[in-house]
Amino acid sequence: MVQAQVKGSPITSKSVKNFLSNNAIIILIVLLALVVGISTDNFFSVNNFRNLVVNVSPRFIIACGVSGCLITKGTDLSAGRMVGLSACLSAMLLQSVDYSARMLPWLPDIPVIGGLIIVLLICAIFGAISGCVIAFLKVPPFIATLGMQTIVYGLCSVITNNQPMGGYKQSYTNVANGSFFVIPYLALIALAVGIFMWFLYNKTRHGKYMYAIGGNESAAQVAGVNVSATLIRIYVLAAVMYALGGFLLGAKAGGASTATGFGYELEAIAACTIGGVSTNGGVGRVSGVLVGVLVFETLKICLQFLGVDPAYTFIVQGLVIIVAVALDLRKYLAKK
Amino acid sequence: MSEYRLEMRGVVKTFPGVKALDHAQLRLRPGTVHALMGENGAGKSTLMKCMFGIYHMDEGEIYYEGEKIKILNPLDALHKGIAMVHQELQPIPERSIGENIYVGRYPVKSYGPIKTIDHKKMYEDAARVLKEVHLDFDPKAKLGTLSVSQMQLVEIAKAVSADCKVLILDEPTSSLTAAEVEALFTIVNELRSKGVAIVYISHKMDEILRISDEVTIMRDGQYIGTWAAKDLDIDTIITKMVGRELTNLYPERHNVPGDVVFEVEDFTSINPKSFRNVSFNVRKGEILGVAGLVGAQRTELMEGLFGLRCHSKGHIRYAGKELTINQPADAIKKGIAMLTEDRRATGILGVLSIADNVSIASLNKYLVGGIMLDDKKIEKLVQDNVAKLSIKTPSSKTLIQSLSGGNQQKVLISRWLANDPDVFILDEPTRGIDVGAKYEIYCIIEELARQGKSIIMISSEMGELIGMSDRIMVMCDGRVTGFIDGDKANQENIMELATQFE
Repeated sequence: MVQAQVKGSPITSKSVKNFLSNNAIIILIVLLALVVGISTDNFFSVNNFRNLVVNVSPRFIIACGVSGCLITKGTDLSAGRMVGLSACLSAMLLQSVDYSARMLPWLPDIPVIGGLIIVLLICAIFGAISGCVIAFLKVPPFIATLGMQTIVYGLCSVITNNQPMGGYKQSYTNVANGSFFVIPYLALIALAVGIFMWFLYNKTRHGKYMYAIGGNESAAQVAGVNVSATLIRIYVLAAVMYALGGFLLGAKAGGASTATGFGYELEAIAACTIGGVSTNGGVGRVSGVLVGVLVFETLKICLQFLGVDPAYTFIVQGLVIIVAVALDLRKYLAKK
Repeated sequence: MSEYRLEMRGVVKTFPGVKALDHAQLRLRPGTVHALMGENGAGKSTLMKCMFGIYHMDEGEIYYEGEKIKILNPLDALHKGIAMVHQELQPIPERSIGENIYVGRYPVKSYGPIKTIDHKKMYEDAARVLKEVHLDFDPKAKLGTLSVSQMQLVEIAKAVSADCKVLILDEPTSSLTAAEVEALFTIVNELRSKGVAIVYISHKMDEILRISDEVTIMRDGQYIGTWAAKDLDIDTIITKMVGRELTNLYPERHNVPGDVVFEVEDFTSINPKSFRNVSFNVRKGEILGVAGLVGAQRTELMEGLFGLRCHSKGHIRYAGKELTINQPADAIKKGIAMLTEDRRATGILGVLSIADNVSIASLNKYLVGGIMLDDKKIEKLVQDNVAKLSIKTPSSKTLIQSLSGGNQQKVLISRWLANDPDVFILDEPTRGIDVGAKYEIYCIIEELARQGKSIIMISSEMGELIGMSDRIMVMCDGRVTGFIDGDKANQENIMELATQFE
C-alpha cells in the first residue's frame, strides 16, 4: 500500500508539472485576465467581449495562413507586410467615388466583392513567388520570406506614395462593422475560414501531405508526395489569408497606410506557437491556432486595461513569443 | 586494487513509459575485449551512454579500479579515461581531420591572459595519433573528403588520442569493408595488449566470437549473464539473447518464380562514379538479392530506379512496357515500391500517427467526391494491415516513433502494400531490427513473393542474402559483376564477385 502510494505520487506530480509547463503561457494569461477582470471595471463586459471578438477574427485568419508554413518547418515573415499591401490595395480600389482625395480618380466604382477578389489574386501571386523560391531554389523560408517582406513593403510605399488613405465606400466598411443579429460579420468570416482550414488540414490530401512534409520531408518525397507543389500551395494559401486579413483590417480601421500590418507576422507566429503549432514541424491544429490568438489578444487587452504604455506592450509581446517557442522546443528536448 | 578496471552495478534507467535498464551490470577486466550483446532495445547503448555520462542513471553505481565514481558528462568521462565511438557518427565535415579529433579539448597556448588554440601542436598530435592507428591521412585535410568508413576510423583515432583506459565501440564495423574491419581489429588487438578494457557492441556474431574475450548478454534492460567467449557459439548466444530457442533463422520458401517481368537495361547514373551500364531482370514471384560492399552503389542504383536520383541513360520495363520514371511519384504510379535503407531519415513520419504513415502513399484511393478523404476506409486499411502483419500497437492513432524498429518497418511495408505494387525494392529490410522480428519480416517477404510480386532485396548480411534469395546479383564499384543462383551461393563466391575492382 505504502509503496503504491510512493510509486503513484511522483507520476501524478510529474504529469501535473508537464501539463503546467506545456500550457504555461495559456495558464498565466488566463490568470492575468482573471486578476485584471476582478480588479477593474468593465473588463467582463459585453462591449469588451465584442472588442475581443473583432480583434481576434482578422488575426485568426492571418494566423491560419502562417500555420501551414510553420507545420512544414517553414515560416512566413512577409505576413505582416502582405496584410499592409492588401489593406492599401483594398483602400485604392474601394474608396468612395465622390471622395476628393481619391488615390485612383480614374477608377470606376468597383463592387466590394470585386475589389476583394482582385486583392486576393495579387497577394496570391506574391505567395506563389515565395513558394517557388522555397520549393525550387531551396532558399530557407526564413530568408525567402524576409526578402519578400521587404519587397512587399517597398512596393506598397511606391504605389501609395506613402500617403495614408481613407474615405472608403460604406459598403466596404460595413463588412467589418456590420452584424448578423448580434454576431459581427468579422466573426462569421473568421468562423468560415476556421471551418475551411479544419477541413483542409484534416480531411484532404493536401492536409495530410502538409503534415507529412513537416514530419519528414525526405520520407514524404519517397512516399510519392509532390513536395514542391504542396509547399507552393501552402504559401499561396497563406498569402490569400493575409490578403483577406488585410482587407478586413482596412475595413475595420476605415483607413490604411504602409504602416498597416506592421509586426503582424510575429503576432501570428506567436499565436500559433502558443496554440501548439510546433516550430519543429508536423504538429498543429486549427483549434490550437484559435486558442493561441485568443490568448494573445487577451494579453493585449489586459495590458491596455492595466494602463501599460503601448511601447512596453511590444516588449511583453516579444518576450511572450520567445518564451512560447522555448517552451515548445523544450517538449522535444525532454524526449532525448 | 580491484580485479576489474570498471564495474557497473544495479543500473536502473527509466524513460517516459519504458524501463530501459533494470538492474543491469557490467564488469570489465583490463586488457580484454568485452562484447556486449542483446537484441535492439535490450539496453546496450543506454548502458554505455550511462557509462559515458550522456545519460544519468536513476539508480546504480560505477566503480573505477575498485573506487566508486560519478560520471557527470562526456567530458568528465574522457578525463577519467573513458572514451566512446558512437554508433551514429557526429562528424564536422567542413573542418579538418585534426580539428575533428581535438574538438572540445583543443590544445591551447597562452599569451599572458589571452589563450589561443595551438594549431601546430594540434596537428602534430593528430598526425601522431593517426599513425598510431595506421591511418595515412593529412590531419589538415577536411574530414568531408574522407569516405564514411574512413571517418569511422578517424573517430576511433579520436578515442585513442584521449589515451583512454576504457574504450567503448558501439557497432564500429557497420559501415566498414572487410579490409577495414581487419585494420580495426589490428588496432583493437594493440589496444588490448596495452591493457585497455574495450567494450565491443556488434550484431555480427562471427566478429564477436573472433575478437572478444568475454561476452555479456542483456535482454529487455536486464543482465542475463557473462561468459567467456570461447565457451559460446552463435546458437547459444542467440538463444540467450532472444530468451527462447530459434529453430529457423529463415522461413521455408514456397514462392515459384515465373516469367521475367521487370527488366532494367544499360541503366547509368549521371554521376560517373556511381552505377553504370546496369542490366538485370526479375521474374514474377522471384526474390532477387543484391550483394556488394559498402560503396558498391547498390542503394544509389535502387534510388535511381525509384526516381530519387537522376540517370543519364537506360531503360526500365515492366511486362514489356517501357516505364518513364523521373520522381518517386512516377515509380509509385507504375507499381514500384521502395523500402529505403535509413528508416528514420527517409521512411517514417515520426510525429504522425500509424494511420497517417500507412495511408500517405495511397491517399488517392480513398477520396470521396475527389476531395474529401474517407476516414472510415483508411481506418479499415490500417486495421487490416495491423492484423495481417501483426503490428504491435495500442491503436492506429499511436505515433509511429514510439514503436520498435521491427514494427516501424512493418508499418512502412503496409504503406506500400496499400498500393498493391508489382515490384518491391527492399533496401536492407532488417537493418536495426531484432532477431525475433527479423524472422517475421522474412515471412512477409516470402509471402509477397508467393503472391507473385517481384522482390529486389539489398542486404549486407550474407546469411540473409543466401537464406532468402532465389538469385543474387553482385555489384562492385557501380557495376554488376555477376549473378549467382541462391542454392549455389556462398560467402566465398559472393565476395569474389563483390571485390572485382577494375
